[in-house]
Amino acid sequence: MPEYLKKPVNKSSYMKIGIYPGCSLTGSSRDYNESVFALAEAFNIELVQIPDWNCCGATAAHNLNKDLSLALPARILALAEKHGLDEIVVPCAACYSRLVVTQNELKKDPELKNRISEVIEMDYRGTSRISNVIEWIDKYIIPELDGKIVNQFNHKVACYYGCLLVRPNKVLNYDRAEDPQTMDIVMSKLGASPVDYPYKTECCGAGFSVSRTDIVSKLSGKIIEDAEHRGAEAIVVACPMCHSNLDMRRSDINKYWKTEYKIPVIFVTQAIGLAIGLPAKKVGLKRHFVEVKIS
Amino acid sequence: MARIGVFVCHCGENISATVDCGKVKDAIGDLKHVAFSTEYKYMCSDPGQTLIKDAIKEHNLTGVVVSACSPRMHEPTFRKACAEGGLNPYLCEMANLREHCSWVHDKNELTTEKAIDIVRTQVEKVKLNSSLQPIRVPVTKTSLVIGGGIAGIQSALDIANTGHKVVMVERSPSIGGHMSQLSETFPTLDCSQCILTPRMVEVAQHPNITLYTYAEVESVEGFIGNFKVKIRKKAKSLDEKACTGCGLCTTKCPQKKIPNEFEQGMGMRPAIYVPFPQAVPNRPVIDREHCTYYIKGKCKICEIVCPTKAIRFDQPDEILELEIGAIVVATGFDIKHADFFPEYGYGKYKDVIDGLQFERLASASGPTAGVIKRPSDGEIPKNIVFIACAGSRDPAKGIAYCSKICCMYTAKHAMLYKHKVHEGKAHVFYMDIRSGGKNYDEFVRRAIEEDYVNYIRGRVSTVYERDGKLIVKGVDTLLGAQPVEIVADMVVLATAGVANSGAEDLAQKLHVSYDSHKFFAEAHPKLKPVETNTAGIFLAGACQNPKDIPDAVSQASGAAVKVAALFSQSELTREPLVAVVNRMAPPLYSTCVACGMCKPVCPYQAIELEEFKNREGKVVKKAAKINEGLCQGCGTCVAICRSKSIDLYGYSNDQVYAEVVALLNEY
Amino acid sequence: MSHTEHHTERNSLAYTIEKNVEVRAQKCYQCGKCSAGCPVADEMDLPPSMVMRLLQTELAENDDKILRSHSIWLCVTCEMCLSRCPYEIDIPSMMDFLRQKSRSEKKVNKKARNIIAFHKSFLNSIRFTGRLYELGLIIDYKRQSLNMTQDVSLAPRMISRGKLHFIPDMIKDKAHIARIFKKTSK
Repeated sequence: MPEYLKKPVNKSSYMKIGIYPGCSLTGSSRDYNESVFALAEAFNIELVQIPDWNCCGATAAHNLNKDLSLALPARILALAEKHGLDEIVVPCAACYSRLVVTQNELKKDPELKNRISEVIEMDYRGTSRISNVIEWIDKYIIPELDGKIVNQFNHKVACYYGCLLVRPNKVLNYDRAEDPQTMDIVMSKLGASPVDYPYKTECCGAGFSVSRTDIVSKLSGKIIEDAEHRGAEAIVVACPMCHSNLDMRRSDINKYWKTEYKIPVIFVTQAIGLAIGLPAKKVGLKRHFVEVKIS
Repeated sequence: MARIGVFVCHCGENISATVDCGKVKDAIGDLKHVAFSTEYKYMCSDPGQTLIKDAIKEHNLTGVVVSACSPRMHEPTFRKACAEGGLNPYLCEMANLREHCSWVHDKNELTTEKAIDIVRTQVEKVKLNSSLQPIRVPVTKTSLVIGGGIAGIQSALDIANTGHKVVMVERSPSIGGHMSQLSETFPTLDCSQCILTPRMVEVAQHPNITLYTYAEVESVEGFIGNFKVKIRKKAKSLDEKACTGCGLCTTKCPQKKIPNEFEQGMGMRPAIYVPFPQAVPNRPVIDREHCTYYIKGKCKICEIVCPTKAIRFDQPDEILELEIGAIVVATGFDIKHADFFPEYGYGKYKDVIDGLQFERLASASGPTAGVIKRPSDGEIPKNIVFIACAGSRDPAKGIAYCSKICCMYTAKHAMLYKHKVHEGKAHVFYMDIRSGGKNYDEFVRRAIEEDYVNYIRGRVSTVYERDGKLIVKGVDTLLGAQPVEIVADMVVLATAGVANSGAEDLAQKLHVSYDSHKFFAEAHPKLKPVETNTAGIFLAGACQNPKDIPDAVSQASGAAVKVAALFSQSELTREPLVAVVNRMAPPLYSTCVACGMCKPVCPYQAIELEEFKNREGKVVKKAAKINEGLCQGCGTCVAICRSKSIDLYGYSNDQVYAEVVALLNEY
Repeated sequence: MSHTEHHTERNSLAYTIEKNVEVRAQKCYQCGKCSAGCPVADEMDLPPSMVMRLLQTELAENDDKILRSHSIWLCVTCEMCLSRCPYEIDIPSMMDFLRQKSRSEKKVNKKARNIIAFHKSFLNSIRFTGRLYELGLIIDYKRQSLNMTQDVSLAPRMISRGKLHFIPDMIKDKAHIARIFKKTSK
């Protein structure tokens, strides 16, 4: 965890931190959003959405237009600064990646920073502290977990990190790029047994969900097959795109590989929610494509 | 009355192409105190040197300035010529008209003027030179060899055979080093221990060699010919004279599950142990960190069973103080282990091993008696992958260099495997094949052509485990970067060779330079591979950089001859261009106030405080004193001395001043 | 004067990349680790290490091959290549640049049509609303890809799970986004 996030947490009053949900959480990954806010409520954390936030540009922007791919996240960060939200949690791993990479690019090159500031017509200082969902959990939820666990999460799980939580490692400075452990540790604290899972950082097919569904089917299928093979009862994720590829695209995957993969895919926030006794509906489990028969 | 002779060299065309030598000769010839000025095409040649000798006699010269190349090239040449001509060699200076002038400027008037200025400064300087005599230092004719691997052994034997005494210090309980761990050596596939053990025995039995094993260097002081070394003999908990080496204690020790260092963790050993059957000396030691007696105060079974009552639990470490004349550092190297590689499992997978571990598996005296078995389940692997360049040539992992020996030992490992498991399949992922040695490339071709080892050009991106097998994901770049996936039973990483543990500490104790990878630094990469920048300390073997056995042995013999050369003189002569703290009659003794600031800045630890006592024995004055045996004439102390009590022979304050004034004045 | 001025062909793609992205193709010693770890290498006509090799030759025909390849569009931007590269060559940034250059020089591989269509639809969607309108994205994509039947079965299941909104989620300062798009368009 980066040093600056390790400052002592004020336990008395409720915490108020910024959140950048991103288009997935307010769109097709509503379940993720619900689970994040459910947890926040359970742990007395107020999540303030960055006012009038825009889409970060995701994969499309950096593939087609470099300046645009920097300007869109810069606007988001400038808005956060403007509204005094100096710490923001970004549950979507792809958005998290874009924001941190942009912050890094603009920090390395002052000339570029000035140019992008002009493009977005806003004051950009680059002072935001951006954390991904697991860092947020580690900082605000794990310390308060004692005594709150009602249902031990006694299941074997495969923690799937995906690409963008841990790479590019030198820029994100989060966990280690090979065999990361932060999510595994969180799940262990809930009583789960994470399996040794070599596919934990292999790509699921990312943004090709619509344009090259075959590639997604192929890559996501391998991820699912390995998890099932190692006896995992669920795949735990921290990225809505990964979830979408592994869950929503399940019938395509099954058709491609001519088999029936049944393993459910849940968000790490949902796992915590279940462990502390929140009802399945509240953490959005009913919205999944693959039935979650797990308690 | 100074009578200086100036000789302007053309250096072929090196100088004369840009500097007008005739003009320099004439301009200098006109100066006061210059008795003779001439030019010549090649001053360093025999006729050139004769010119100097003749001129000294003819013109009664009191000083000589040879205006030619850098003193680093020919200063000794011209000093010798002066000495033969009857002039003290330290009354000869060189003016560098080549590296400092003709080689860095174009041909024009200014260049010639600069050349004239350079010669002028040296003329002014040499007028203030004094006749110096070389410093003589006694030599202790005992050498110390640190490290008992093949390089140390070779060096020790070579020195001992010249008739001089050798003390060998080895930190593990036996000598032999990594070579004793190997099964067979390339390119001959000789049994490693078979060719090594005779040498080991020779070392133990040689009348001129004193061997201390389980011992380390504690401290080193002094200077070339006169080192004072402290050795710590770690307590073996054994009376070595009483012990017969029967080995009964090692079979009775209840602590049997300690990972065996010699077997690279592939086998176990007891707490009282002999590292391997052919160990020299063949005496056990007690590993106090794991022995039940030292941890809990109980057991003592070894003491009970020992037929000669040789066990001594309370034995302390012993510190020996030795007088040594020369030191050979032969501490060897180590390799990176599997836990260093994130993409190959961080050491998680038991069947991903490194080269040394494979050697132990292949070795007849190893933990599996020479049968290649998977560490996880003891099965014989049918499909084995060797990954070359694991860690080497990898700046992202901090090791940009090539470890030199891996291509050869990987081919060897593949061949050993194929010779033992005929129906097995061996694959090698490589980037290049570096086999530049005698019969080396033929050796690798043999692996490919006769033993059908599958060489794939490309690196492996990741290795992971599934259902007890290892999935290796590599690529074949010669097929257009086509991905290659192999399901292997075992993966052997040819890991990078790195400096041995403790190298940095030892280097600091010896005051020897080392590089950023903690390999010891040689004095010159091309021409002085066995010397260090510290006089009297030499290098042999892989402690300098990873190398194979022939190179280690060659270098060891080279170091030995340097030591023998040192010992062939009864006294050492050193350049007298050293710093000196002034001395005068009592009661002043010296203008030095003994502030002590020069002591820590001296890089060679050459300065001490001298005490002056009066008749009653009371200390009346302290002043700094420079050990002329250690001083290298760097001048740092001269610069830092606040009372200007130190001066440098050959570069005294007056001389330097004279040069500066000469430059500033018109002539 | 940097040494690149002396030794590199000034009109080569490798030189352009060095100037713009600070990625030096000369560093690559063709170990192939990037291609070995790339999840889509077996689909690619030119795996990443081959792209590096073609760049190193600094021949116009090879530069052309790269820009016209399918590979640069098949790249899933997972960053595995950079993660494993012994020289830490920033292949992902280089790929982004190649993609943009491929479009600006109108050398886009026909097989990549759908991939680009998706990216374009995505950006078109956020240009006007500031946030992604998934339904709008799909409609625009179908228009471009001419694949009307794709994911037809998916839609009802998404709707029943509340995952597909009919009304776009729009930000207040839409004009700001539109201006950002305008300023960054080439």
